[in-house]
Amino acid sequence: MKLKQNVKTFGMVFKYLKIYRIHFAISLLFTAVSVALTLYVPILVGTAIDYALGQNAVDLTSIQQILVKILISVLITGILQWLINVLNNRMTYGIVRNIRHSAFVRIQQLPVSYIDSHQTGEIISRVVTDVDQFADGLLMGFSQLFNGVMTILGTLIFMLIISPPVTLIVVLVTPLSLFVAAFIAKKTYSMFKLQSEIRSEQTALIDEMISGHKIVVAFGQEENVQERFDEINHQLSKASLRAIFFSSTTNPSTRFVNSVVYTLVALTGALLCLRGGSMMSIGKLSSFLSYSNQYTKPFNEISGVVTELQNALACAARVFELIDEPVQIPDCEMPCDPETVHGDITFREVSFSYREDKPLIRGFNLDAYAGQHIAIVGPTGCGKTTLINLLMRFYDVNEGSISLDGEDIRDYTRKKLRGSYGMVLQDTWLSSGTIRDNIAFGKPDATDEEVVAAAKSAHAHSFIRRLPNGYETVISEDGGSLSQGQKQLLCIARVMLCLPEMLILDEATSSIDTRTEIRIQKAFTTMMRGRTSFIVAHRLSTIREADIILVMRDGNIVEQGDHHTLLAKNGFYSELYRSQFANQ
Amino acid sequence: MKSLLKYLKGYYKESVLAPAFKCLEAIFELLVPLAVAQIVDVGVRQVNHTRILQMCGVMIALGVIGLICALSAQFFAARAAVGFATKLRSSLFAHIQSFSYATTDRLGTSTLITRMTGDVNAVQTGINMFLRLFMRSPFIVFGAMVMAFTIDVKLALIFAIVIPVLAVVVFGIMLITIPIYKNSQSALDRLVGKVRGNYNGTRVVRAFNKESDEIHDFDERNQALTRIQRFAGGISALMNPLTYVIINAAVIFLIQRGSLAVDSGRISQGELIALYNYMSQILVELIKLASLIITLNKAAASAHRISDVFATQPDEGKQISRKSDATAYALVFDRVSFRYHADGDEALSDISFSVKPGETVGIIGGTGSGKTTLANLIPGFYTPSSGNVFVNGKNTALYHGTELTDMFGIVPQKSVLFKGTIRSNLQWGAEDADDDAIWKSLELAQAKEFVAEKELGLDEPVLQGGSNFSGGQKQRLTIARALLRRPRFLILDDSASALDYATEAKLRTALSHLEDKPTLFIISQRTSSIMHADQILVLDDGELVGAGTHQELLARCEIYREIYRSQFPEGGDAE
Repeated sequence: MKLKQNVKTFGMVFKYLKIYRIHFAISLLFTAVSVALTLYVPILVGTAIDYALGQNAVDLTSIQQILVKILISVLITGILQWLINVLNNRMTYGIVRNIRHSAFVRIQQLPVSYIDSHQTGEIISRVVTDVDQFADGLLMGFSQLFNGVMTILGTLIFMLIISPPVTLIVVLVTPLSLFVAAFIAKKTYSMFKLQSEIRSEQTALIDEMISGHKIVVAFGQEENVQERFDEINHQLSKASLRAIFFSSTTNPSTRFVNSVVYTLVALTGALLCLRGGSMMSIGKLSSFLSYSNQYTKPFNEISGVVTELQNALACAARVFELIDEPVQIPDCEMPCDPETVHGDITFREVSFSYREDKPLIRGFNLDAYAGQHIAIVGPTGCGKTTLINLLMRFYDVNEGSISLDGEDIRDYTRKKLRGSYGMVLQDTWLSSGTIRDNIAFGKPDATDEEVVAAAKSAHAHSFIRRLPNGYETVISEDGGSLSQGQKQLLCIARVMLCLPEMLILDEATSSIDTRTEIRIQKAFTTMMRGRTSFIVAHRLSTIREADIILVMRDGNIVEQGDHHTLLAKNGFYSELYRSQFANQ
Repeated sequence: MKSLLKYLKGYYKESVLAPAFKCLEAIFELLVPLAVAQIVDVGVRQVNHTRILQMCGVMIALGVIGLICALSAQFFAARAAVGFATKLRSSLFAHIQSFSYATTDRLGTSTLITRMTGDVNAVQTGINMFLRLFMRSPFIVFGAMVMAFTIDVKLALIFAIVIPVLAVVVFGIMLITIPIYKNSQSALDRLVGKVRGNYNGTRVVRAFNKESDEIHDFDERNQALTRIQRFAGGISALMNPLTYVIINAAVIFLIQRGSLAVDSGRISQGELIALYNYMSQILVELIKLASLIITLNKAAASAHRISDVFATQPDEGKQISRKSDATAYALVFDRVSFRYHADGDEALSDISFSVKPGETVGIIGGTGSGKTTLANLIPGFYTPSSGNVFVNGKNTALYHGTELTDMFGIVPQKSVLFKGTIRSNLQWGAEDADDDAIWKSLELAQAKEFVAEKELGLDEPVLQGGSNFSGGQKQRLTIARALLRRPRFLILDDSASALDYATEAKLRTALSHLEDKPTLFIISQRTSSIMHADQILVLDDGELVGAGTHQELLARCEIYREIYRSQFPEGGDAE
């Protein structure tokens, strides 16, 4: 199962690697050459040393020749190493960019239900952190791994050429260091797990208490909170110390094993020298010693790289999971998209629920004719926004159909359908950029006059003028220093600028004070004239004039009619209406 | 940043022992090439088996002692680093808790959280690595040079030249790339901003059919980031090849000069090998040093961000009027002004009013008129920029500890609950409250019904942020929490906003029937919530434009009249 997933992840990785296959191939080739040359240098050095036997026994000419060879190898290696780094860089950052692009594009196509059920932080960590870790770990790890394996193989070959018996000793003893590293990693795994458990518990506490700092202060709970914090902190301290110390024993331990290998090489090498013959020379011993260092090092690195690769693979899997997420149902192939829409909306036997086990809307019917105003009312959390989700096709109905001008809305492209609505939501979202950009969000080619006119009719002009740079003031993603009400006014101006045939106002004036609201209401009235409009509000006074009022309760539409019929009915609506003006 | 060093207090011993043991280990490591030289020169050349065995024994012994030293060093380093981080975290948390509302508002919670978690961890790693490696690497580099000098002064000069050259290359590249990496961090922040904004605004983006524009904008930022990363990467890419070439150039030079020295009999063959080994050791250590510096650099940046938090003082000093106001008033505002930033506009200007004990005060005004600011000044969460606030005749600035806040029950605009149970949340209001008292306050807050319906009643778990309760339920629980304290002052900051009108009306009725009625402040945008207050304060753009009863204000306050008319258009509706 896990293996299958890994294979799948690798498949995706190769898909992104394909564009850079030439980079990749050259990088591998250069690595092989540079490793071989790096290993060749100690041999050359060894030979040179063999030519320097002692006083008056030095073959200077031969040494000179060898030194030239060393110089050439070193220069070539240097250049190759640089090229490898540059290639790997281009490849890594290019792949990161491409994956991020795919992920972002996918986010634009995901069904809204996915977005509603996944937190922003989670998505950001996938698109940003996971992609980074993947690139660092997988690509860098891979080139390290390749380099390591090449070094081991190369060293083995060179060592075999110099002296098979000594090589045998190295090959037999070295795995010991791998074994030690693996042993320590296994022992420390549970310590790290404990550490990260306690750490996430602590982070949760920090998050909660800093976010709720004002309440902590208001209720004088600082000491209690600090006590709880210190208790977790103490646990963390103990767990961290264990995890950090025991994991940090890996390096000294493997280093010790390596020094044992080194000693054994020196011992057998020296003894072989004494036996004479061409089996061993002092220069060869010197190269050998330097090899036995190089041979053991990649083993330590590889054990590190393997953990990193596993982590990277897990990160990659998370990113690809997002990229692989099924997209929303595509637009129908032969959309009916007319030039203009009228604005007749019909709900026929519509059933919908967010979760299968929790039915919400059942068998709902509605006929709204072009130009009518439909108000949706009900207590908090009763599902008023659900209808909007369906109208805009953020969600699709489970059963039944919604039609616009007699055609099922699923026969329109989403672009056409959504373009026919002007929408102001309770959630005031602005994009980063200037105030002007934000007002012209739906109509980027609008003239300055149009923008100002829209701002004026939304009663936003006066506050915008007072901002440091007026319409050119740059605001950050979350609207920064603007108040909730000001942001809402900008959202209204945004719709004022491009007025389509239908309107959706979801608690559009909820964070505006009632005095400003009265003024905006006038603008809304002009705006709504002749346009089919859906208005969600819990301020009943603002919807009395509606042609149809839908009264919702616990997700269901319980009453439907105009103000007077509903009041006369003496049902839930009249209860709601009277409670607004109830006196003590 | 230096100020953080005090958290190492109590770990001085460890902080000294760790690098000391590391240096010991390094010394033993530096002795190894000398042993090898002995094997070559005495053992092999003079055919001395005993010397070879002796020297191998010495090398194993050096390895064992080195291992013991290294383990001790790792232990002390881990202890110092973890101990440091634990103390730092604890006092940072305490410091943040001491912040005033204004400070928390200014810094923002998300920065504080990352500083408490990620930054402290980075500093911990930094200290750990510092203690372990920072002494070791230069020690080996210079140790190797010193050892070279003991072998042959002339040849050792090569070391003396190559080490500074390497240092210039390594540090030069790092100095160049550090600011570039900083740029790449801000490019990354911009990318994150885009993803966050886009994701949170999905509905708006799709409603305006802006998906492709968003992708285009994202791609631009993505490309900008890639460009910076590639640039920085291109410079860093020089580091390894350059150091490799320099070291090997030195090796070539060393062998050339060394072979002449061997020829003239100044050094032996074994000593030449030893010199060559020292050169290789330098290369290895330099690479370690470079990666260490990157870690330290990150840690330093984190340490900097942490000291910034410590440098933020809870409150700015201000002249406090010591005069007390021994009148019968529960609360007096005397010409109070408040600004959030020293150079910003006044959020409240010159506000004066007084409230008798047990009175109900309504505070009304438009968006951004200063209602919440005013509410935060009452229990001393904000300190006035000028003027004074007196609670029960005493200047709020002169209260100590929780003396002042203990008298208040506060229900904030945004309902905040904490992980635990309903009971544990309510007991924030009064730690020793029994179930009877809890149920009573739940009843007052109109929350009894839904809590009773819960399977576990008061023991019903509350998830982080109270996410398993609806907005209205959370609000009612926070009201119950405030009531449980039996406060002398109760502040409801737009606290009924998530409640429907019917529930809000019931709540107000229940509050007005309380025995020992607290002095009540109701902040609202709805006239219906405050029209029956004993005194209504009307705020507009940070100024007090009207104060009085509903009837008085209708008669003489234009703005109040407008607000009222906007909610009760025909006037008669309110009966």
